[in-house]
Amino acid sequence: MSATFRKTEIILLGILAFIALVLLPALNAWTPPESFFHISNFTINLYGKYLSYAVLAISVDLLWGFTGLLSLGQCLFFSLGGYAFGMYLALKVGKLGQYKQDLPDFMVFLGYKELPAHWEPFRHFWFAASASALVPALVALAFGYLAFRAKIRGVYFSILTQALTYAGCLMFFQNSFMFGGNNGLTDFKFVLGHDIRNAATQRGLYIATGALLFLTYIFCRWLTQSKFGKIQRAVRDSENRVLFSGYAAPNYKLFVFVIAAAIAGLAGALYVPQVGIINPSEMATDKSLEAIVWVAVGGRGTLVGPVVGAFAVNALKSWATRAFPDLWLIILGGMFTLVVLFMPKGLVGLPGQLYSLWQKISRRRTNAPPDGDTSFPEAPSDHQNPNPES
Amino acid sequence: MPKDFILSAEGVTKSFDGFKAIDDLSFYLDEGELRTIIGPNGAGKSTFLDLITGKTRPDIGKIEFKGTPITKRSEYQIYRMGIGRKFQTPSVFANHTVYDNILLGLEGRRGVWSTLLFGRTSTEQRDRIYDILKTINLAHKANEQAGTLAYGQKQWLEIGMLLAQNPQLLLIDEPAAGMTDEETVKTGELILSLAGKHTIIVIEHDMVFVRQLNSKVTVLHQGHVLREGTLDEVRNDERVIEVYLGRKKNV
Repeated sequence: MSATFRKTEIILLGILAFIALVLLPALNAWTPPESFFHISNFTINLYGKYLSYAVLAISVDLLWGFTGLLSLGQCLFFSLGGYAFGMYLALKVGKLGQYKQDLPDFMVFLGYKELPAHWEPFRHFWFAASASALVPALVALAFGYLAFRAKIRGVYFSILTQALTYAGCLMFFQNSFMFGGNNGLTDFKFVLGHDIRNAATQRGLYIATGALLFLTYIFCRWLTQSKFGKIQRAVRDSENRVLFSGYAAPNYKLFVFVIAAAIAGLAGALYVPQVGIINPSEMATDKSLEAIVWVAVGGRGTLVGPVVGAFAVNALKSWATRAFPDLWLIILGGMFTLVVLFMPKGLVGLPGQLYSLWQKISRRRTNAPPDGDTSFPEAPSDHQNPNPES
Repeated sequence: MPKDFILSAEGVTKSFDGFKAIDDLSFYLDEGELRTIIGPNGAGKSTFLDLITGKTRPDIGKIEFKGTPITKRSEYQIYRMGIGRKFQTPSVFANHTVYDNILLGLEGRRGVWSTLLFGRTSTEQRDRIYDILKTINLAHKANEQAGTLAYGQKQWLEIGMLLAQNPQLLLIDEPAAGMTDEETVKTGELILSLAGKHTIIVIEHDMVFVRQLNSKVTVLHQGHVLREGTLDEVRNDERVIEVYLGRKKNV
């Protein structure tokens, strides 16, 4: 591990972890609400949501930024994780639901007398928590096995993943599968015996999500720096050369696809108790596209970028959807276009981009503008691969 | 009979949309042999390498490596049997360092789990990588990105990746393309130094280079073997002169 992380990075990670996991919750719990330093319950809840988005964004980056797999269905796995944990939460409502019965409300409404068999094991926390990672992983394994074996690449893979999440969305909309139809699962009361609306519970969920983000980051850093990670990036840059170097590229892609699905599922599991609802609209294709925008805005292939992007875009969304409710999608699309055109390395690549721009300007100022090739600006695309399928 | 050959292709045909790129081709190669394949554009030279390495599959016919049929195997399986290939246009990992390019080429376990858990480079492997880098004159560029190399250097790097693999059969597609005369001579020397240790097929256009290799030559034309022999025999063959060299007798 020591070779994976530099000393400054460890210190920086430590400071960030302290602020996010200790300082903010402490300010929320122990400062009076009128204090300048107080962090409101609303803010903690909002940040908790952003943290789970950040985990989702890292999973997208693992696929898109490091392996060249532009998956447009990552929210399916996020939602599957959310549903797995949501089922646990729905069963813990007990007799406190609208109908005062043991069954979740929508089942009573549909005339069910007994819990369907596939719901039964979700009474147990550890089953639901494991399922929130394993169910997405298994779906990814089945889909990825077929897709990668059939050598589906590039844009065809993207379209197929989009179709997959759309199919999942339609399936969950139907009541016959007993996942609550278009209303989904909501009105949760307890998690692990604690009142879910309690500030302390929400704080606990926030800390858990933050811890998941840090563990995910450290795991992905290790993964992408290992020899496996080198092959992963080689698959992105030149899949043919990887095949002709004796590596089974489909297996590498499958492995990353499954890992990313499990990570997204865990993020979804922690997202649901913080927003209090999971329904099929979370699987809609535009949600997955939003996650792509976070990664592009933050800077793909960096692991830090997606976290920055998830926070920045969602903070902007929180503000813009209140200030200009009708314009949000236009803002989002415009931002994506601008980033793709002018900031290929995203927000985290911006300092480097500005630095090289400044160098160019200062060079031009000291020397007379030279004729010939040196006056041409250095193409930024030299340092990244705009076409992962080349 | 075919068991005696390291590589044998019999009655191989491959068409693309009705065009027969390879037409009833039969080809035999002895272990340790160095063979040069020449032929006009579209003669099917690169397609033949595609067929051997699993990039495409023949419509009819069989290809055997050390007596084992390989036509149904995938690229990486064929690689693992000991067939390495250098492409016509240099194909290296542009965003990896020169060192890492050789590292990824290095023989060893290639499964997902072994690269994940046992991916550490040993001291012997490091030494081996630097030996190879010295052989291909790129030791001073070890930590640079492969994408920044000159065209000829990329060609060498790709040959270096093949050396790292240490395959029994080397398929080298136009190694001298884009090289200076001096680099071409060096490339020829490198290939000659490998001959004997490995079985090698070289595809080449450059006749000076072919002469330097001084090996048995196979002339492909319209997807099948037109003539085999020494370069001089081939050059004096009427049919070869007709289809390949045109009317010019002096190359």
